[in-house]
Amino acid sequence: MTLAPPPPTDLSPLPDRFQAWFAARGWTPRPHQLALLDHARAGRDALLIAPTGAGKTLAGFLPSLIDLTEARGESVGIHTLYVSPLKALAVDVARNLERPVAEMGLPVRIEGRTGDTPAARRQRQKRQPPDMLLTTPEQLALLIGDPGAGRLFETVRRVVLDELHALAPTKRGDQLALALARVRALAPEAVFVGLSATVKAPDELRRWLVDPRRGAPLSELVRISGGAAPDIAIHDTDERLPWAGHSARHAMGAIYEAIRAHRTTLVFANTRAQAEMAFQELWLLNEDSLPIALHHGSLDVGQRRKVEAAMGEGRLRAVVCTSTLDLGIDWGDVDLVVQVGSPKGSSRLLQRVGRANHRLEEPSKALIVPANRFEVIECEAARAAALDGQQDADTVKPGSLDVLAQHVLGVACGGPFDEDALFAEVTSAAPYAALTRSEFADVVAFAATGGYALRSYERFAKIRRTKDGLWRIANPDVAQRWRMNVGTIIEATTLKVRLARVRRAPGGATGPAGYGGRILGEIEEYFVETMTPGDTFMFGGEILRYDALIENEVYVSRSSSEAPKVPTYVGGRMPLTTDVAARVREMMGDPARWGALPAQVREWLRLQAERSSAPLRDELLVETFPKAGKHFIVAYTFEGRLANQTLGMLLTRRLERARAHPLGFVAGDYALAIWGLSDLSALIGAGRLSLDALFDQDMLGDDLEAWMAESALMKRTFRNCAIIAGLIERRFPGQEKTGRQVTVSTDLIYDVLRRHEPDHILLRAARADAARGLIDLERVAEMLARVRAHLRHVPLDRISPLAVPILLEVGREPVYGAAQDALLREAAEDLVAEAMGDAAP
Amino acid sequence: MDGGGCSCYVPGMIPAAAPAPNPPPTLTVSGTALVADASGALYEPASGALIVADLHLEKGSSFARRGQMLPPYDTRTTLGRLSALLEIYRPRAVIALGDSFHDGGGPARLAEADRERLAALQAGRDWIWIAGNHDPEPPAGCGGEAHGEMRLGPLTLRHEPVAGPAPGEIAGHLHPAAKVSVRGRSLRRRCFATDGARLVLPAFGAYTGGLNVRDAAFASLFEPSAFAAWMLGDEGVYAFRLAGLRPD
Repeated sequence: MTLAPPPPTDLSPLPDRFQAWFAARGWTPRPHQLALLDHARAGRDALLIAPTGAGKTLAGFLPSLIDLTEARGESVGIHTLYVSPLKALAVDVARNLERPVAEMGLPVRIEGRTGDTPAARRQRQKRQPPDMLLTTPEQLALLIGDPGAGRLFETVRRVVLDELHALAPTKRGDQLALALARVRALAPEAVFVGLSATVKAPDELRRWLVDPRRGAPLSELVRISGGAAPDIAIHDTDERLPWAGHSARHAMGAIYEAIRAHRTTLVFANTRAQAEMAFQELWLLNEDSLPIALHHGSLDVGQRRKVEAAMGEGRLRAVVCTSTLDLGIDWGDVDLVVQVGSPKGSSRLLQRVGRANHRLEEPSKALIVPANRFEVIECEAARAAALDGQQDADTVKPGSLDVLAQHVLGVACGGPFDEDALFAEVTSAAPYAALTRSEFADVVAFAATGGYALRSYERFAKIRRTKDGLWRIANPDVAQRWRMNVGTIIEATTLKVRLARVRRAPGGATGPAGYGGRILGEIEEYFVETMTPGDTFMFGGEILRYDALIENEVYVSRSSSEAPKVPTYVGGRMPLTTDVAARVREMMGDPARWGALPAQVREWLRLQAERSSAPLRDELLVETFPKAGKHFIVAYTFEGRLANQTLGMLLTRRLERARAHPLGFVAGDYALAIWGLSDLSALIGAGRLSLDALFDQDMLGDDLEAWMAESALMKRTFRNCAIIAGLIERRFPGQEKTGRQVTVSTDLIYDVLRRHEPDHILLRAARADAARGLIDLERVAEMLARVRAHLRHVPLDRISPLAVPILLEVGREPVYGAAQDALLREAAEDLVAEAMGDAAP
Repeated sequence: MDGGGCSCYVPGMIPAAAPAPNPPPTLTVSGTALVADASGALYEPASGALIVADLHLEKGSSFARRGQMLPPYDTRTTLGRLSALLEIYRPRAVIALGDSFHDGGGPARLAEADRERLAALQAGRDWIWIAGNHDPEPPAGCGGEAHGEMRLGPLTLRHEPVAGPAPGEIAGHLHPAAKVSVRGRSLRRRCFATDGARLVLPAFGAYTGGLNVRDAAFASLFEPSAFAAWMLGDEGVYAFRLAGLRPD
């Protein structure tokens, strides 16, 4: 909402009241604000692309404020619908709008509606809707499924979509697109405006904003270009750069000095573990007792709100945070952004850098701190991409079928629908433009009876087609259950961390003496599974001792130990983006460009070229070497962790089949390493193992199918789809103990369904999700095509310099490739011999 | 697993033979030898009886009645697994240890094809339905004979384990499962739970989950020092002592 000092322009497009308000502040409307006003008045949907700090929000709302002042005397319902991905943002925007509204004395009532809005107010909002309703995709979906939706939305004239670039490529974006198609059907006059950060493919968002049945296939586009180029430095150090790891401990002194030298600093880390570590290290150095706070998604909400408030009031010198602060509220005072570890992608870097200095004319200032040797190159690549203004492609994908299933049921909860009419409405939403009529019929059938070929559930149908040809819900219970399950965000199972109030009872941690106490936040269940009572770990900036797991809470006490025993927990790891990966590959593959790198990194690459080979561009460097009684094969793909993980799984299967006896593998962002018992150099040398065959694209056929079918990842994906589609119901806190008869594990459902109806719509949805999100199939495919006939195999007698970082990751990753039975057999053997004294023959 | 079955041929690669499955172990309960099959069934060679617990047939349709449309293939899957076992063991009798149907209406909802499948399995052998809490009444129109509980030599077969010591008891009901941590990876599988005096079978049904044997429900049933969980792998059955097992 910051506005520039005036270059004088004609103020006539604004009504007097607005003109006076602008003039009183010495402001003048920006060209983009006037452009949006023009489009709105002409009834044209528009996309505004602007860097942070350009006054996007006011631009989005100005036409609404003017329209409400000029055209509407009395309040007759929702005029403007605003949707943001973040609750906090909706609340903040409401607050920011109150000021001009109050100062101009506009007759406009603005209200937010989020999951936190009290039930009484929600009811009132339906009876007496505000002029402007500020909400989230989930709340909008709930309103769409309300029988009063028609009345509530028919008055809408303007729809404002904030941070559209962040929403559109996700399942929440699919949900929003469907809900908005409904809004458009109910309020045909509504004009849409999308607000977005700079994106690589604006046309995708422009297409997203319009109903192609009613005119242009793309919305209008308004751009605010430029602003000053950011000032991005990369931390250079005299200290020894670590080979691997992500702590960046060596640079904490420098980060502390930077905090001291600036007014307010945001310190971004990629994972919670990294943030925890940085926060603790900074406090150890904090001789001046600077107010430095911590903010990440696992911390208690109350705690996070406190930090945000303190930040808003300018009481903090620094906040160490994760992606939780990537989007959202503007803090004008931030004058430095520190990125700990590689930003992994240029869009993320630009987004974070943009958090500093929300004034368009001044450069944002940022410092990137590489955590290890390889990250130096990555950081250089990301900086170069960011300075070129290059955005990562985050494309809008075909809409998910599970989300559509949820929507179809929701529409039925709102009132009877005609299948053909709803199909036309659904396909007017960009993500579903390519949906076929028969796919849609499958989704409707799924919503009704599960859509199984064996049509045995007709009598239990949730929605039925009545004599008039319309689909209706079978009973009110259906709507009740649908409301409980709306949404597309499936959280990993987390457990509350509770600081036991009283010291542990003597002789045991589970006594009632330890009950009660403050909730510190939440951690993922799988992390708890790795610990045993007595272990210490870092959380919320302190070292805690794990005492007990009681029901679904983790009881902890403060520990006096110096270093946590369980070093980290993962969370929010991000893969390297394609564009940055390509730049890294170019940089490493071109020795002429190594001169720009720090001496330690240069030396490392020189040694690599001498002992093995630099990973040249357009080649896939593959090394084989023995180490500690095992044989390794390392492939330097530079395709990111997800793609490498997928590749690792597939190559391991193939090596198993070639009797190369692979034991496991580890995948990093730039390479993957597989180890086993057979001498791979010898096998390849003797022509018994062909690398070309090993890396052949045909692995994406049967091997991929077979692996996906049985992988745990596929089951997890299926579970999410099953919950979103409403096949099984979400579990809520307190419901966990409903017992073994009440819930059915989705793994079991998956196994049965895959066997009997492998083409069922939910399996299709799960496969699509896995292919694009979790296994990065596209990148694997592109890479395999690119390196065909360009494999460079270098057999070595020992580990190469470039392989050191990836091999240091071994042991930090879960074991792959080995069948569960092998693990069970390994652990069980001794016991079988002695068990019961009469074991198997 | 991915031996000769894969249709893609990679030059220079030789398909490996599928690993031989481990032979099922023989457990002893109150002096009676019992073969613990990796499917979760128990075979008593002396009488030729095959014992399975908690089939929960028609669980899918039971959920569908209340609006959760689980795939309607659970009965078919469960009967298919049973059929494969009968091929291997050719038992003289099959004893279903209760909760054979998920609810009292289950037998009536049975699809005709599944009813015929069931009849085919029963042909030429004794078939005994032990009553369970989900199916206290004998399943109407499903053949076999029904009992509250029964004896098999020194063994007592019933659905729900009784409180306190019960030497020779073979029961179901609890759906035992165990969890172990191997090389940083945690594995949870259904299991036979036994201390050599009594035994609880894992649930056999396609949609049946498991209750961790560290749960309080198991605590009073077994002598901890003699307890072992025989976990069901894909290829074998693997024993673990209580100390090696993790809670959920």
